Amino acid sequence: MTETAMRAPSHQAALLRALTSFALLRESWVGMVGAGIVAFWIVVAILAPLISPFEPNAILQPFAKPGTEFAEGGTFWLGTDQIGRDILSRIFWGSRTVLFYAPLATFSAYVVGILMGLAAGYQRGWVDEVLSRIGDIILSFPVLVLYIIVIATIGASGVNIIIAITFSSAPGIMRIVRGLVLDLRNRDYVAAAQTRGESSWRIMLVEILPNARGPLIVDACLRLGYVIITIGVLGFLGLGLPPPDPDWGGMINEARAIALAFPHMTVFPCIAISSLILGFNLLADGLREISLRD
Amino acid sequence: MPLLEIRDLCISYYTRAGEIPAVVDFSLVLKAGESVGLVGESGCGKSTVAMGIMQYLGNNGGIVSGSIKFKGRELTTLGGEELRRLRGSEIAMVYQEPMAALNPSLTIASQLMEVPMVHERVTQSEARERALKLLADVHLPDPERIMAAYPHQLSGGQQQRVVIAMALLSNPSLLLLDEPTTALDVTVEAGIVELIAELSRKFGTALLYISHNLSLMLETCDRVCVMYSGEVIEEGAVDSIFTWPKHPYTHGLFSCIPLPDADKNTRPLVPIRGQLPLPHERPPGCNFGPRCDFFKQGLCDAQDIAIEPVTVGKDADHCVRCIRWNDIDPSDAITVGPSKQAVAVGDIVLEVKGMQKYYEVDDRSIRALISGGGKRYVKANEALDFSARRGETVAIVGESGCGKSTFAKVLMGLETATGGEIRLDGINIGEMPVRERSAKQLASLQMVFQNPNDTLNPSHTIGSQISRVIRKFGVESDRAKVAERMLRLLDLVKLPRDFAFRRPRQLSSGQKQRVGIARAFAGNPSMVIADEPVSALDVSVAAAVTELLMDIQREHKTTLLFISHDLSVVRYLADRIVVMYLGRIMERGTTAEVFNPPYHPYTEALLSAVPIADPKIEKRHIVLEGAPPSALDPPKGCPFHTRCPRKVGAICEQERPPERAAGEGHVIACHIPLEELRGVEPVIRTAC
Repeated sequence: MTETAMRAPSHQAALLRALTSFALLRESWVGMVGAGIVAFWIVVAILAPLISPFEPNAILQPFAKPGTEFAEGGTFWLGTDQIGRDILSRIFWGSRTVLFYAPLATFSAYVVGILMGLAAGYQRGWVDEVLSRIGDIILSFPVLVLYIIVIATIGASGVNIIIAITFSSAPGIMRIVRGLVLDLRNRDYVAAAQTRGESSWRIMLVEILPNARGPLIVDACLRLGYVIITIGVLGFLGLGLPPPDPDWGGMINEARAIALAFPHMTVFPCIAISSLILGFNLLADGLREISLRD
Repeated sequence: MPLLEIRDLCISYYTRAGEIPAVVDFSLVLKAGESVGLVGESGCGKSTVAMGIMQYLGNNGGIVSGSIKFKGRELTTLGGEELRRLRGSEIAMVYQEPMAALNPSLTIASQLMEVPMVHERVTQSEARERALKLLADVHLPDPERIMAAYPHQLSGGQQQRVVIAMALLSNPSLLLLDEPTTALDVTVEAGIVELIAELSRKFGTALLYISHNLSLMLETCDRVCVMYSGEVIEEGAVDSIFTWPKHPYTHGLFSCIPLPDADKNTRPLVPIRGQLPLPHERPPGCNFGPRCDFFKQGLCDAQDIAIEPVTVGKDADHCVRCIRWNDIDPSDAITVGPSKQAVAVGDIVLEVKGMQKYYEVDDRSIRALISGGGKRYVKANEALDFSARRGETVAIVGESGCGKSTFAKVLMGLETATGGEIRLDGINIGEMPVRERSAKQLASLQMVFQNPNDTLNPSHTIGSQISRVIRKFGVESDRAKVAERMLRLLDLVKLPRDFAFRRPRQLSSGQKQRVGIARAFAGNPSMVIADEPVSALDVSVAAAVTELLMDIQREHKTTLLFISHDLSVVRYLADRIVVMYLGRIMERGTTAEVFNPPYHPYTEALLSAVPIADPKIEKRHIVLEGAPPSALDPPKGCPFHTRCPRKVGAICEQERPPERAAGEGHVIACHIPLEELRGVEPVIRTAC
């Protein structure tokens, strides 16, 4: 049998599996609603340049109420902010920021957390002691304090947001992974890999990690929601992306002082943040529901 | 009026894949005080029947049609409150896992006393009295102490006795036992089986005994129902079924059980070919058709087969679901496979000398702190001595906790020995962990694992897992050649080649175990360790896997180290046997030597505990008292003296027994003189 003939069915099988797992999600309406919300924001982020009525940073007409017509054509559907930028356009463009940095930060936290968790759970001994204690120390700080310390030390920028989130979330992920590995390392297939002399890293990454993916995917969805909150909070504290680029948390922060007089400036970005977090949480619930079935 | 009358019962489960008929047209009549066995392989619907009687089918199960009458009352239409009064008081159940059946956070007393207090509203003191009496009835020593204990403080056998006592407390008229001994050791199982038989006589309780083990039926039941794929295919008195099995499947099951006269070379087992059909893929007509040697097209697959009475021997109500039962004689089927060439035994491959493995346990109790003895040792293996030759099958036998799996781990390099030597091809590997072993050493020593669901990585395809071994051991490196060899290995274990693209969850347990064997043999090992490779499999699957292992061993002249608690399998396939107890070797010798007097008293008890599915064979009953002691605190002197029925006296408690040679290579470690042991009557004898 040739190599191509052998490969082909496995690709088809992979495609089939992807399709069936999506079909499975349809059985959980909670998951479907979550996936719908998330998909909506992803589409918005991709199409932001096309569907935004105005330039996000263009100063047009300050303090316009929602629905105000702009003199040069167009409507401020959600009003404008205190220096005259269109809120709808800024929310659309802001979704790009959050949907770029949140997954990236989560991914980076996962890479670090998984590697630490695998090493701690599989190697045990002093490796486990050292990594777990470091994790305990980091987790004993209130997260907010941790963000402020990290960002204040290395400065506010996109990359530094990712670093701060990785630094504070990786220990939590490490604990989950470590727990899963402690169970999986006693399986016979791990013993089989050890007795054929596989290297530790191969056993950890190829034999153990794929079997921990179920709970990790659910956790990743939940954590993505938290990271969105975090990015919002950092923006609100002024530790987020430097202005003037649109950032949901930053928008709330800038309009905070006049929130009572002009609620639309804060309410709409808040709704945007909440809906996206809700979407990820519902998606996680749906995935969990499906994984528990059978 | 019969106690329980089931008519044409059909039970289905509703899953994502649609309706799955688990039980089809099940009928059974159980008289008061009678015991009926329900036997069949996993997935045949026997537990579903029990759950149906209890009206406890879960959310996705339901009774489609038929009736269950208990004392004349129709159970299928009873409401929740009436059922609650019935369950536990008139119908009680004993489950497979005693640890899971008992609440770990309540004392035995409160769990036992609850039963009569809830159902009969008796006072606390009366409930306590009855609980104590029943604990004595199930032969638990010191009932007062047991009452105050929590489940985890009891051994598995004691827990199961408590569960049985709990089931009997409200004096039910029907007791359902769902695989009550499957999770227990053989010697413990023997005790529980004896207890069940005794209790049904004493209390007049009717029993429905569910098991996959035909041999146990012989010791506990009056009548037997054999189930296959959701249907009863044969029913009758125990003697009648065992002497004149009429259905080819029943007959096939008997051919799969290694009886004392089976031998791997002259009288090999005959596995049933094919596998159990999935519930939604049952063939038309006879469900067993595709696997049956007597299958006749146009007859067996033409219509649904009804169960009809047969007249054999003196049993009037022997029924069979086979349209051809009158034309065929199942014993015409080949019950003895073609005899096979014995492997010529070669040089010594493995030599174990005085091997020890201790695990260090930190004792953090205050007493240990004061006395300064903070470290204690679990002596998992103590002074193991034996050897294995090329092409030979050596079995290590013993109950759970005797240290046989620890030895396997040390041999594989997953643990290192504390002392002594293990020489593989002359090199001491006892203290060499797996990382320090060369690729050649690793390849020459491979393992087949016990749990088929755990042995393969669920995330990778079968093909990639076998190929990895081939590449890792450098058997082949070229991609096409690796693939070719992987496919040939699948042929070797008799699996279709397109299984290479499947993932483990698409395989049955028996198929997974075959892949496990293929993987172990991928690197051309000179020695394979099989740790209970068939104990988790069904009878017919186990027979097929055992035969496969033997065939591959013959072909490759591999040394096989077979670790097992099942003496009937061991007698069938081993050339030499090592009997272990609490980390020590009690007896070792060839199979014939170990299975005939002189015996070590422990071997004798083990032999007696193994159920044998042949009414012609007479067996002496020896039931061991108590549970094996903890390896953390082994008894002084002979480790077996706490349970030994032949204990001589103080010498057994103080001095290590000498190793006496009863023949060339046959060693017994016991204080009793050999002459006396030689005079012992054989445990198993064929009645004429």
